Amino acid sequence: MIQYYFDWSVITRNAGALGEALLLGLGLALVSLAIGTVIGLAAAYARLSCRPWLSWPVWAYVEFIRCMPLLLLIFFVYFGLPEFNISWFDKTQSFILTLSLYAGAYMSEVFRAGLGSMPKQYVEAAKAIGLRPWQRQRYVVLPVMFRITLPAISNNLISLFKDTSLAAAIAVPELTFVARRINADTFRVMEVWLSVSALYLITAYTIATLLRLVERRYASIR
Amino acid sequence: MSDQPLLRAQGVRKSFGSVEVLKGIDLEVRQGQVVSLIGASGSGKTTFLRCVNLLEEHDAGDILLDGEPIGYRVENGRRRRLSETRVSAQRARIGMVFQQFNLFPHLTAEENVMLGLTKVLGKGKAEAREIAGHWLGRVGLEARRAHYPYQLSGGQQQRVAIARAVAMEPRLLLFDEVTSALDPELVAEVLGVMQQLAGSGMTMLVVSHEMLFVRDVSHHVVFMDGGRVAQAGPPAEVFDRPDSDRLRGFLGRFHGMFGGVRH
Repeated sequence: MIQYYFDWSVITRNAGALGEALLLGLGLALVSLAIGTVIGLAAAYARLSCRPWLSWPVWAYVEFIRCMPLLLLIFFVYFGLPEFNISWFDKTQSFILTLSLYAGAYMSEVFRAGLGSMPKQYVEAAKAIGLRPWQRQRYVVLPVMFRITLPAISNNLISLFKDTSLAAAIAVPELTFVARRINADTFRVMEVWLSVSALYLITAYTIATLLRLVERRYASIR
Repeated sequence: MSDQPLLRAQGVRKSFGSVEVLKGIDLEVRQGQVVSLIGASGSGKTTFLRCVNLLEEHDAGDILLDGEPIGYRVENGRRRRLSETRVSAQRARIGMVFQQFNLFPHLTAEENVMLGLTKVLGKGKAEAREIAGHWLGRVGLEARRAHYPYQLSGGQQQRVAIARAVAMEPRLLLFDEVTSALDPELVAEVLGVMQQLAGSGMTMLVVSHEMLFVRDVSHHVVFMDGGRVAQAGPPAEVFDRPDSDRLRGFLGRFHGMFGGVRH
């Protein structure tokens, strides 16, 4: 076996670039989660609607996204849409669009379950004090549902953060892409991938821990 | 007192699927009265109460609040369902207290009372907080205003629920078996608050199995049986001179609670 000599200076020299790339990945995940939440909410209400022209297309959207590999969706949006003369976006925006649609499909399932498991008694109490339909959603149903679904939302955020590594496939300069570039420049395979793995691990674990604190704060309040 | 009753039900019918639960209910509640509905479970008491607040829609007959039909308007001799917004406005004039309290779990006691005041009645935060404080004080929970429902006992939760309903200054307050889900030792504190409200002239329609309370506080008692009003009258008459075997049988189950009362 050939002896491998570790040279960690490659990491310290590129610390700035790696840090920036990590922040970009986090940003991509957060923005996509935010947009995905809006899409997911709209989709969940549409799915629960009794109007077929509203619930059917949304059903198709959710199942299509859930059954396609994310990497193919990324390619489809980035390489496919310009073929139809839709090319107002750069690669980062293209990725955000894809990840948001992806998150939206998963979030809609979370919210659908949350709305479905909403105890009827809260809605009746809201009716009894005279709240109008949208007020009942805004002040009672949604706040309760967010508390019920918080663990699932946390899960999605962690998944989305890890999924940002796929943006490397279309050269979005997030962590995996930058790592691959440094690797190609320096051939310090072990140092680069071990460090990047550690960065993913620590960041994801930190997100998970923070969100668990938020969950604990709200768990008893529901 | 005006001639027009505050609430008048005429021939109210309601079916769930093929089961007719209400078979033509006639009933009146006058301003300041406490009217109690008693009867075995399944006799339609709760369903009727829910129809009054439009949590269920009655199929036929009229429910008039201050002479205005609940849930529909008449246009060219035809019934038209009211929009949800209009229905909401009607509900705001009727308060309801539920068996399971139904407090909003994400809001404190104070916020539970404030929600309707600010969002339905359009009051400012400060005024709403003051009103909430007043009513929480009246039900003996001033010190618990910042507590969440899960931090309160069942009796305390139910008293917050009563404060939430009364704070809206409803024309009529509905009570749906509000002590049935409580531990026995917590029942008295809730009944005490209700008695106090009745004493202050609040108009109340009460479904209850607390026969002592019903007898002492009601102006009028309605015995329901099989979706119909079987007997109605002042408590002395209904409790002491039941005119059917069904009512005698029903009251017999509470025998012993009444001490000297003979059936």
